[in-house]
Amino acid sequence: MDTFFHAFAEAGALLASLDADFLEIVGLSLRVSLSAVAIACLIGFPLGAAVALYKFPGRGVVSLLLNTFMGLPPVVVGLIVFLMLSRSGPLGVLGLLFTPTAMIIAQAILVTPIVAALTRQIVEDLWREYGDHLRSLNAGPIDTLGTLIYDARFSLATVVLAGFGRAIAEVGAVMIVGGNIDHATRVMTTAIALETSKGNLATALGLGIVLLVIALSVNATVQIVNNASARKAALA
Amino acid sequence: MSAPQSILPLEIRRLVFESGDTRLLHDIDVTLSAGRRTIILGPNGAGKSLLLRLCHGLLKPTSGEIIWRGAGTRSRVIRHQAMVFQRPVMLRRTAIGNILHTLRIRDVPRRERRERAEAALALAGLSHLANRPARLMSGGEQQRLALARAWVTEPEVLFLDEPTASLDPAATRTVESLVEGFHAAGTKIIMATHDLGQARRLADDIVFLHKGRLLEFTPASEFFENPQTPEARAFTQGELLW
Amino acid sequence: MVARIIRCATAALLFSFALGVSAQAQNGPITLASTTSTENSGLLGAILPQFTAETGIPVRVVAVGTGAALNIGRQGDADILLVHARSDEDAFVAAGYGAYRRDVMFNDFVIVGPRDDPANISGMQDASRALTRMAETGSTFVSRGDDSGTHKAELRLWAETDIDPQSASGGWYKESGSGMGATLNTAAGLGAYTLTDRGTWLSFRNRGDMEILLEGDPPLFNPYGVLLVNPKRHPHIRADDAEKLVTWLTSSTGQAAIAAFRVDGQQLFFPNAE
Repeated sequence: MDTFFHAFAEAGALLASLDADFLEIVGLSLRVSLSAVAIACLIGFPLGAAVALYKFPGRGVVSLLLNTFMGLPPVVVGLIVFLMLSRSGPLGVLGLLFTPTAMIIAQAILVTPIVAALTRQIVEDLWREYGDHLRSLNAGPIDTLGTLIYDARFSLATVVLAGFGRAIAEVGAVMIVGGNIDHATRVMTTAIALETSKGNLATALGLGIVLLVIALSVNATVQIVNNASARKAALA
Repeated sequence: MSAPQSILPLEIRRLVFESGDTRLLHDIDVTLSAGRRTIILGPNGAGKSLLLRLCHGLLKPTSGEIIWRGAGTRSRVIRHQAMVFQRPVMLRRTAIGNILHTLRIRDVPRRERRERAEAALALAGLSHLANRPARLMSGGEQQRLALARAWVTEPEVLFLDEPTASLDPAATRTVESLVEGFHAAGTKIIMATHDLGQARRLADDIVFLHKGRLLEFTPASEFFENPQTPEARAFTQGELLW
Repeated sequence: MVARIIRCATAALLFSFALGVSAQAQNGPITLASTTSTENSGLLGAILPQFTAETGIPVRVVAVGTGAALNIGRQGDADILLVHARSDEDAFVAAGYGAYRRDVMFNDFVIVGPRDDPANISGMQDASRALTRMAETGSTFVSRGDDSGTHKAELRLWAETDIDPQSASGGWYKESGSGMGATLNTAAGLGAYTLTDRGTWLSFRNRGDMEILLEGDPPLFNPYGVLLVNPKRHPHIRADDAEKLVTWLTSSTGQAAIAAFRVDGQQLFFPNAE
């Protein structure tokens, strides 16, 4: 119990002091995870919507894979990306191993199936409602996708938050592809792992609390914006 | 509102529609021309909805043909048509947002959109609800919005699938007068209903369906005064038909 | 409109991606793959900034186990290695993955365990005999189990006994497959014995009731070597800059910096370059 008490004290001290190293770690965590989520949405929204709307051979398999990959183990993804980006690997010439870019790539791979699979379900449900009207208007594929994604924006906001939660919380992938390099690729989760391995349990837990606070803030912001807009458009 | 190349008359030849093992429409043969308000009349389950959706292109026939004049691609033809459903599909936007969406899909230049949307709203008596979320409007208001949406596409043919089935008499009256407005502007009306009174009020021609068969195609006055078939007779007398 | 946004966003992403990629190619830092003991003890954090201040070359440290560090070197993902597994280091150079190896520093391993010492090894001089005692009493011992320098040193100690600890794996012999810190956490949690380097131990903050029970036996000597990844095998590595670090570490300045590093007043690493 002692540790827990000290953990809260440490968390408070960290947040109050705004120590430069600490801010660097927080900043990198947000940069990596938000970038990864952005990429995941750019790919996942249209991908999920396309699987929902178009009948093509192997559609069932794609759907199954998307659902399955929602549970990709981060450490496995990290390992695969590590091997791909290693200098001895196929993409070695890019020199991306142990950089934040590698971490973004790994997290994007983790988050994209979540975004795509959930988008697929949401768009499928919405298409059941809008299908007749959009077909009656003879809307083309881009217009249809655009209409559905825009009208599903509140549900999709939740999907984005789910993706963000997955990214900001994982340690397996970023540890392997990033290397937890001080002042370069150290993020909150890898810092927590490091402090734990040094036996600084209270500090580790304190960082964990800070991580939760940050995740809470992001979620709260989105929820407030969502509610305000939803009230305007009346998601009946 | 007739296009330089009109898509009417519409010829329906030996139209059959099956779902699984069940045949739902049997050999429908009819030609529908411009200028006359056509009401598809019949009891529930007669196949009225199916017929409309087949004509509009939302369903593919099992066999038979649906031939529009100057038959081009499906997309060319459907641009001259609009459809209003029994339960209107309201996008998660404001009333005017719904109409603006249609205008955008139809590639109307951006500068013109607002003006045309507002004009359509005014016509439907919905100007005061322009910024109301469409899904919060009453059933009658939503149906009027659906008609305003159809209005801006300047359709040559307007399909309506029992548009007032769930509305009260006052709302029904308003919708009917909007439909009359389309007719006055030159749009061909093809409307399904099971409501005798509505058919009497609006029809020029009656297409009478029963159990997937076309039993009668007659001018409205003749149909109501002197129905030819026993089913039509029973129906016009208000008897239940299964 | 939507299409335009997508186009812009994609362009922006590709642009920043390209920036990130090209940045690697220019005057960047060198990558040092090292062990968790050198990183966790705080040594590298203390001495490397001095090197960077003198030469202007930043050093990025990837701290993994010795086995993983050597692997990273083999793949060409690091420019220079600092590890502690002599025979593996020699093999690395012999196989052509390393250009050469130099002595840098040493410290020693110690056996830590619970204060109440169920195997009664406190004060013993012979580490291998102490391990035998643990096996005989069935006292829990946590092994690194991860091919690290520490793990290999531990296995060398077992080799001097008649005991095969693998046969008891999962029983009193627990292989954590983790770094030194995680292993110490596990030992503390189980009230078990473990072998650790003194540097990590001195800076470890979750000792519970563990303390050093055995030290000083010559087999516990723990030398570190610095290796330059072979530029003939991996032409892209920053051989020139990395060599500067090798030179610095083995120079009087670097050696003095290593000696000057203390935790709680104790010197953790002892320089021994030629």
